Amino acid sequence: MKFRVERDALADAVAWTAKSLPSRPSVPVLAGVLLRVTDGRLQVSGFDYEVSSQVTVEVQADADGAALVSGRLLAEITKALPGKPVDIAAVGAHLELVCGSARFTLPTMPVEDYPTLPEMPSSAGTIDAATFASAVSQVAIAAGRDETLPMMTGVRLELNGSSIALLATDRYRLAMREIEWTPEDPEISLNALVPAKTLNDTAKALGPIGGAVTLALAQGSAGEGMIGFAGGARRTTSRLLDGANYPPVRSLFPASHNAEARVAVSALVEVVRRVALVAERTTPVLLSFSEDGLVVEAGGTEEARASEAMEAEFTGEPLTIGFNPQYLIDGLQNLGAPTAMLSFVDAFKPAVISPAGESGEIIPGYRYLIMPIRVTR
Amino acid sequence: MILHADLDSFYASVEQRDDPALRGRPVLVGGGVVLAASYEAKEFGVRTPMALGRARALCPHAVVVPPRMAAYAAASKAVFEVFRDTTPLVEPISIDEAFLDVEGLRRIRGRPEEIAIGLRAEVRARTGLPITVGVAPTKFLAKVASGAGKPDGLLVVPPGRELEFLHPLPVEKLWGVGPVTATRLRERQIHTVGHVARIGEAALIAMLGVNAGRHLHALAHNHDPRRVETGRRRGSIGAQCALGRSGPRGFPEVEAVLGALVDRVTQRMRRAHRAGRTITLRLRFGDFSRATRSRSLLKATMQTGAVLRTAVDLLREAWPLIGERGLTLVGVAVSNLDGDGAVQMELPFEPPRADGLDAAVDRVRDRFGSGSLRRAAMIGRDISPSVPLLPD
Repeated sequence: MKFRVERDALADAVAWTAKSLPSRPSVPVLAGVLLRVTDGRLQVSGFDYEVSSQVTVEVQADADGAALVSGRLLAEITKALPGKPVDIAAVGAHLELVCGSARFTLPTMPVEDYPTLPEMPSSAGTIDAATFASAVSQVAIAAGRDETLPMMTGVRLELNGSSIALLATDRYRLAMREIEWTPEDPEISLNALVPAKTLNDTAKALGPIGGAVTLALAQGSAGEGMIGFAGGARRTTSRLLDGANYPPVRSLFPASHNAEARVAVSALVEVVRRVALVAERTTPVLLSFSEDGLVVEAGGTEEARASEAMEAEFTGEPLTIGFNPQYLIDGLQNLGAPTAMLSFVDAFKPAVISPAGESGEIIPGYRYLIMPIRVTR
Repeated sequence: MILHADLDSFYASVEQRDDPALRGRPVLVGGGVVLAASYEAKEFGVRTPMALGRARALCPHAVVVPPRMAAYAAASKAVFEVFRDTTPLVEPISIDEAFLDVEGLRRIRGRPEEIAIGLRAEVRARTGLPITVGVAPTKFLAKVASGAGKPDGLLVVPPGRELEFLHPLPVEKLWGVGPVTATRLRERQIHTVGHVARIGEAALIAMLGVNAGRHLHALAHNHDPRRVETGRRRGSIGAQCALGRSGPRGFPEVEAVLGALVDRVTQRMRRAHRAGRTITLRLRFGDFSRATRSRSLLKATMQTGAVLRTAVDLLREAWPLIGERGLTLVGVAVSNLDGDGAVQMELPFEPPRADGLDAAVDRVRDRFGSGSLRRAAMIGRDISPSVPLLPD
């Protein structure tokens, strides 16, 4: 194997592939990235039996072949290289890398021990890359991080005809986004539970490339339990989580509300951040809404207290409701709109945050449900 | 200055107050075990808790009366009203004991010893009960002082003379020194608090470990920075039951007792609106050594079913050990209680679970008394009546 490649193309490819490599691999070869040159193209691949990622890069190939090297080391090296063409060659049990006057010799691992990457499942349709990236980031924030509840660590994709709903919840908040896409089968009706971290990393990497992202989902036998994403020269596959018993979360959105408030998102985020400085880990920020506007307050168990008043357009009976400040900020920051519409049933029922335009009209497509902190005094 | 107010032989005093025939006579309150003994009985060497048979042997002419928990709860409430009329800074410790901070009252109500004298008179006048008050600059010393001032007394440790009072006391008086630490100290010929104070922190740490060493060093020099805390909430809610020699032996029987205890605990939790995550099973073996087993749930609960399942699992796991060592007490406690009334609620994925039974049972018991409804496994049997407690 011998080829010449542009420094940036190589660094991007290796960085992205290496990011999904396990930090403590079950077998040493899984810490490697596989470099394979065929037909003038370099494929950079990583795999940990859960997630696979692969990038194809155009190179000037002198000789086909493959080599397996430490992913983390190669990523660090390529990141630090000067902006010059990189020459890479497999020499015996080593990889030689030359860039300008810098020269590296890296040990390789046996390619034949490396597992075969799973095939991409067949394509289910395409989504605009930027829309996909923003939708995923809006929803993945609400996914759980507690590995003892695997179902909560996923983002649920509900594919129905030309719309996709993305849903995630960690039991305390729930985010839902609906987007349009172009399915292969206009009658498609499929659900998949994708690990939130993988989905988020993938969407973040594919978004800036632009164009369309192909969503590949196996229906039937081959590649069952697997989902694939492809955009530009990148593709990722991931094993799905078992979502058979995913709770019927859509029904959690209250059918009606008794009060609603329109608040400027950036102002509320700032106020909550400031006031929450005195809140302790388990204590809420309290939002008191009335015709006069909104007062945000917090207090620790010690004597530190804070409060701040701000403008809010409120209709309904005056209401005081407590929230985990971080959950509130997460929801507000992901609205992608200047105004937040908060709707309430009462202080003990889930509140809904929806994005709204400058003039207060609700922008459909995204909703963030947040469960209050019950405060008894 | 801090007051430690402690009712003398509380249950027994209430009995003597309510039945003039008992006054001046040795009185034992309890069933199989002595829960309280009047000072007349204590003179004969009766201690609490002690098996009733043994107490009778020590004091054959004692009058034994069954406990009347409702009367004690009412008396406690009346006494705490006197405390709260004296100062707003009252830290309850148990139903018959509290710390009172009177430092800020010099201008309005006089010097601490004057307040203490007034408090004792007021408790006597309004409730008819004897109370001992210790007065000192720290909580620890105030408690030691009330212990030394008993019965029906007042002991003031004036500022500047704390160490003079403290140092001649035996090491057991130090808060945190139980039989094990006391033995360790006495083995080294350390018998008094003064000696503990002299040997230095480093030596104490070497002897007892970092925490205990530092703690005892500080106490022996009367360093106790704890303030009188008024709003402190209970950290756990529990109940226990001593099992006599003729008590339950088989798993189903102990399980039934545990069920009754859990009933009691979860009902209290629901009344106080406090959910907890950690379930602890308390065991006392045949040789009176103790052990605990605990497990935390994913989600805080106040449901009888959830707490009982966990408690029974713990009991099943400990059963082989119990088989070897015997069982003389079983208890259950729920801790990790929701902090300060702020609870992050969960999204209701499932419709509200079978809370209905708990609510129905609570209502029946509230209306017709706690004995009106019991588990079938407990029919014809009883666990000791629940003792009066501070509000949860």
